[in-house]
Amino acid sequence: MEPTPRLLKILNGFTGLLFIAALYMVLFYAPREVVMGDVQRVFYFHVAAGWVGALAFLVTAAAGIIYLARGGNRWDQLALASVEIGVIFTFINIVSGSIWARPIWNTWWTWDPRLVTATIMELVYIAYLMLRQGIEDPDRRARFGAVYGIVGFISVPLTFLSIRIFRTIHPVVVGSGDLTAEGAFDMTPKMQAAFFFSLFTFTFVYITLLWHRLRLQRLVEYVEARKSQALTG
Amino acid sequence: MTEQAGAIEVAMRIGWAGRLARYLRSIAAIVWKDVVAEFRSRELLGGMLVFALLVILIFNFALELDIRTRESVATGVLWVTFAFAGTLGLNRSMAMEKDRGSLDGLLLAPVDRSAIYFGKALGNLLFMLIVEAIVIPTFSVLYNLNLLKAGLLLVVLLGSVGYIAVGTLLSSMAVQARTRDVLLPILLFPVAVPVLLASVKASNGFLIGLEMVEIWPWLNLLIAYDIIFIAVSFMVFDFIVEE
Repeated sequence: MEPTPRLLKILNGFTGLLFIAALYMVLFYAPREVVMGDVQRVFYFHVAAGWVGALAFLVTAAAGIIYLARGGNRWDQLALASVEIGVIFTFINIVSGSIWARPIWNTWWTWDPRLVTATIMELVYIAYLMLRQGIEDPDRRARFGAVYGIVGFISVPLTFLSIRIFRTIHPVVVGSGDLTAEGAFDMTPKMQAAFFFSLFTFTFVYITLLWHRLRLQRLVEYVEARKSQALTG
Repeated sequence: MTEQAGAIEVAMRIGWAGRLARYLRSIAAIVWKDVVAEFRSRELLGGMLVFALLVILIFNFALELDIRTRESVATGVLWVTFAFAGTLGLNRSMAMEKDRGSLDGLLLAPVDRSAIYFGKALGNLLFMLIVEAIVIPTFSVLYNLNLLKAGLLLVVLLGSVGYIAVGTLLSSMAVQARTRDVLLPILLFPVAVPVLLASVKASNGFLIGLEMVEIWPWLNLLIAYDIIFIAVSFMVFDFIVEE
């Protein structure tokens, strides 16, 4: 049993500190939004969680491509670890959006294209996990996972394009000045600082979790190997 | 080694035009095999058709379609019907190969793996189009709407191409899994959403006679995803059937 690497311990501490700082920035440093009030503060972690979801699925697709091109079990492990984190963070993204939407749009859920595509993206990767569950042969599981990770990722860009292609009530805060959307606002410099700091922090949370998940996967495989060793005597 | 040298020599002699002709012939042979098998067993088309009609009838009860709501939901109902019937056909077509061990036979054949993909996909597309050719007039009669418009039929063709392109790929994965009957729709529906959504919107545009300017974005999306799905499936199919 290998000990926790030094760098991972440092990363744990660093990410923890970043997270506390991000909480401070979101809750106290960033000014109160005039129209929406404190509920607007959901926005910082809402977008950050969505970003981690998208990043995680991108990593899965990339790891899938590398696995198909070059092989190597570790790429498959990376793809799986990344999907699991992505599914959790996309879920956080959807739920936190819902909490924000309740006072702003006056409903928990609306059939807006942006919301629907984000949820479909979540379903793609739940399907990914179910696909892997249904296959016993590890080599085949890895290949199918890689293929589905690539095909599924094609549906994700639509999530981001949708906000511009479709008519949507979801506000575009970054990179577009359309203030007609319901709940849109302009960020002050302090808000921007809190926003980018949240993105930065969540990226580190992702990396830390990914590393732990990969280590866990190695341990699982180690236990499996020892078990079959003991059984065959 | 000598075998390989011989193969290279043969390949050089017949040139690219000959190779293309051989490639197309192997695709045609696989499509023909599926058509003959279906003609003898009649288990796929019959199932898809009855199922499609049932879906349409159930929707009619469930939505209590009166004359005003009919126009707005008709294309949605139509595409849900196609998607369900399509899944049924895709599952059956691949399960048939797997259960009778004929997939191994196909893989042993000295043809490019992508020829197998295109052969199966074209066969599936053919069956889907046959079902649609029967469902659309029936739907028009039952719902008292004229769906036989050139633009709408073009959308049906484009939508089916995209759906079958990615569906054939995913069904060849699903049949190799333990939970295959449950798995195909779960794998296919979320991925096929861009195609289905664009198809519903574009067909609705043609049905209620919108300006072409408003239909083009959906048609573009549909064509883009058709190309993407065909290209990606072509590239990764090798990894699905590799043993």
